[in-house]
Amino acid sequence: MKGKLKNAIESVGLPRIIIFLFLVLLFILTPFVGVRFDTSLNDVIIRFGMNGILVLSLFPMVKSGCGLNFGLQLGIIAGLLGSVISIEMELIGLTGFFVALGIAILFAVIFGFLYGLLLNKVKGEEMVVATYVGFSSVSVMCIMWLILPFKNPNIIWPYGGTGLRTTISNQGYWFHVLTDFFRINIGNYISFPTGTILFFAFLTFLVWAFFRTKIGASITAVGSNIDYAKSCGINTDRMRTISVMLSTIIAAIGIIVFEEGFGFIQLYLSPLYMPFPAIAALLIGGASVGKASIKNVIIGTFLFQGILTMTPSVLNSIIQSEMSEVIRIIVSNGMIVYALTRIERIRLR
Amino acid sequence: MKSKEENYLLKMEHVNKDFYGNRVLNDVTLLVKPGEIIGLVGENGAGKSTLMNILTGDPVIHETGGFEGRIIFEGKEISFSSPFEAINAGIGMVHQEFILLPEFTATENILLNREPTKYNVLSEIFGDRLNLLDRKEMEKRATTAIKKLEINLNSEMLAKEMPVGYKQFTEIAREINRESTKLLIFDEPTAVLAESEANIVLKILRKIANTGISIIFISHRLQEILEICDRIVVLKDGSVQKELIPSMTNSTEIAEYMIGRELKKGIRKFTEKREFNNTILEVNNLWVDMIAEQVNGVSFKVKEGEIFGIGGLTGQGKLGIANGILGIYPAEGEVKFKGKIINLNNPKFVLDQGIAFVSEDRRGLGLLLDQPIFWNIAFTSMQVKDSFTRSLLGGLVKWCDNNAMIKMSREYIDSLRIKCESEKQLARELSGGNQQKLCLAKAFVLKPELIFVSEPTRGIDVGAKDLVLDTLRHYNNQYGTTIIITSSELEELISICDRIAIVDEGQIAGILPATSDPVEFGLLMLGKKTERVVK
Repeated sequence: MKGKLKNAIESVGLPRIIIFLFLVLLFILTPFVGVRFDTSLNDVIIRFGMNGILVLSLFPMVKSGCGLNFGLQLGIIAGLLGSVISIEMELIGLTGFFVALGIAILFAVIFGFLYGLLLNKVKGEEMVVATYVGFSSVSVMCIMWLILPFKNPNIIWPYGGTGLRTTISNQGYWFHVLTDFFRINIGNYISFPTGTILFFAFLTFLVWAFFRTKIGASITAVGSNIDYAKSCGINTDRMRTISVMLSTIIAAIGIIVFEEGFGFIQLYLSPLYMPFPAIAALLIGGASVGKASIKNVIIGTFLFQGILTMTPSVLNSIIQSEMSEVIRIIVSNGMIVYALTRIERIRLR
Repeated sequence: MKSKEENYLLKMEHVNKDFYGNRVLNDVTLLVKPGEIIGLVGENGAGKSTLMNILTGDPVIHETGGFEGRIIFEGKEISFSSPFEAINAGIGMVHQEFILLPEFTATENILLNREPTKYNVLSEIFGDRLNLLDRKEMEKRATTAIKKLEINLNSEMLAKEMPVGYKQFTEIAREINRESTKLLIFDEPTAVLAESEANIVLKILRKIANTGISIIFISHRLQEILEICDRIVVLKDGSVQKELIPSMTNSTEIAEYMIGRELKKGIRKFTEKREFNNTILEVNNLWVDMIAEQVNGVSFKVKEGEIFGIGGLTGQGKLGIANGILGIYPAEGEVKFKGKIINLNNPKFVLDQGIAFVSEDRRGLGLLLDQPIFWNIAFTSMQVKDSFTRSLLGGLVKWCDNNAMIKMSREYIDSLRIKCESEKQLARELSGGNQQKLCLAKAFVLKPELIFVSEPTRGIDVGAKDLVLDTLRHYNNQYGTTIIITSSELEELISICDRIAIVDEGQIAGILPATSDPVEFGLLMLGKKTERVVK
């Protein structure tokens, strides 16, 4: 009995159990601090659907041994380009949404390919280089958003007539097209975003299936042991590039789904820190720099978004102050630090 | 009796040492007089390094449970737990691979951590550690050490700019610069040197010995040993096989003791003499750039259905041959398989031809340690032959057929008797012997016509060794598969091969039938080239 319990704890992982128990505690506390339980639960589900794909996008690169994608911004930028171009074209509803996806994927393929070439040149230092690729690409785009020839008055600065606004609303275009797809309302406070969750599930299935194919297996082999893969005659650089492109494409899709639920497209500096919550979520889910599974993606997104939603609302009610942003930063960066120290220990062993 | 005891500088008596239950030293007794040069010879794994590690207080010894026996140095019983204690007591070691700081000059390297220093104001506050280096005094001491060796070494030269020989001289100068040094251990000091440089080193050794410092000299070059040693101690399988006096012996006799006479009788697993007709593999002038296993132009032919052995001492290049042909390390030259030229540096091409490789680097190159057994067995075959995949969507997607992999793996787990909980267990969790069988299974699944197997029994226990060799032999018998085995253990090669090539200094020293006198292999390994090549 004792052994079984120990095995169960080990297989789920102690950190996850602690975070889960903390999350349960927060939910139990809700009625006592004047926060509605059902609204909170609904918030967690909605945020889970919005962020899941961004977390999923990290998965292929971990599998191929490129580490955590600290250059997630590149994919996000592709997604932003897709979104603003679709709105520029005045496309509305699902058409607008899918055109945005299509354009975003196109950009993501190009960005991902170049990014992949770069990462193949810096094997072993991918994460450090990726961080700076991400940061600098955001800065380059700060210039591009200003000089790209967009004309739609809804998205450019009202004065001067050139350059995109920092925040663009997608309401009236494709806001909530997924979320409202077969939306299920239970009572006044719960409204299940069926479309978003289905879309996330569909993409997750695609990624899972991809890694069950021969090419996916090759990528896994490259990630587990690059020398082994070479000796099997696998073109390791090509496999790594494919995984980087895949990560970038999924990130591009992920940000569009995020915007779809959020209602706004945020340009300029806002993608700068986007990789960190996604990475933290994956790590909370039990993944490490060299190892990840679909299970880690789903559990991690749920726990991380749960904590992010619940901690501020519950704590704010208790101590009567606005701390949500601070707590969010502490949790997400703390998780990354924890995970990065964990790898060192494994390597030294 | 008492006076005789004092005559010895070092007495190592009845030393025993186990590594995880493997006995590597068995009742070794080694006596060294002051000013004497002792030659220590033995095959790889005979126990030379372990014996020296015990003497110099290598931490590995303590971490693995210490040793049994007594060591008496200058009349006192000693047991060092760190190399520093050994150095302080006066036992120095000159390593085979140079331990020098590349950006430092000869002087700085020689006096490293023993620099004469000058007092200054800061040392008043922070202590001796902030004393200034006394450059002049350093220069003087270094030059004295160099002069003692009677060599022409510029004390200002940076270590990274020195030719190999000079690096070796610097190492030696560093050791003799210590006032307290009474015993020096030279671990193959001439292995990487040209002949002229090696001769200088030998002269230096003599000079050092003449000043009263004792020397333990480890070398595989028997001529050198015969030339400068006062006494020769031959180790085999962890025990002292024989003590010889150079003037009363020759290299053949030493080789015999090293290899062991008993090898001559019946260790071969089969006795019939087999005849082969077709040449399956032809290697012409192959060069391989593999660190520490450089191959410098080897040529040989292997017949179809044969078990061909490649032997030789560590670092002589025997491992480079298989790694080069399979494209793991950069190679040049001409390799023909069944008359067709093999593209070198292209593993995929070689695998496609029906050649498989079981690497010596089992955990590094041979296995996906964090993946299940069935994946490990099936993966190469899936990559090379598209087996265990199903085409979906008109061939657009190649879906991995896990069930087919598992079914096939069960067959191999049974036939090779791989001990595991299930085919889903991770490769990491298996023992060394079972991991090796996994590597063999991986190669067998490819149904190859030629298998390269490198160090098949390295790091696995005795029982598993026999199983692995039997498996290879059986596979060869049943399917007529040609097998090329590279191994450091001559016995193993003799036991199952038809012919054995011995590699020395990156070249083939000779190819002999496995039934030849083992001493001949020993001589080939030790660099006595013979012209005899069996057709």
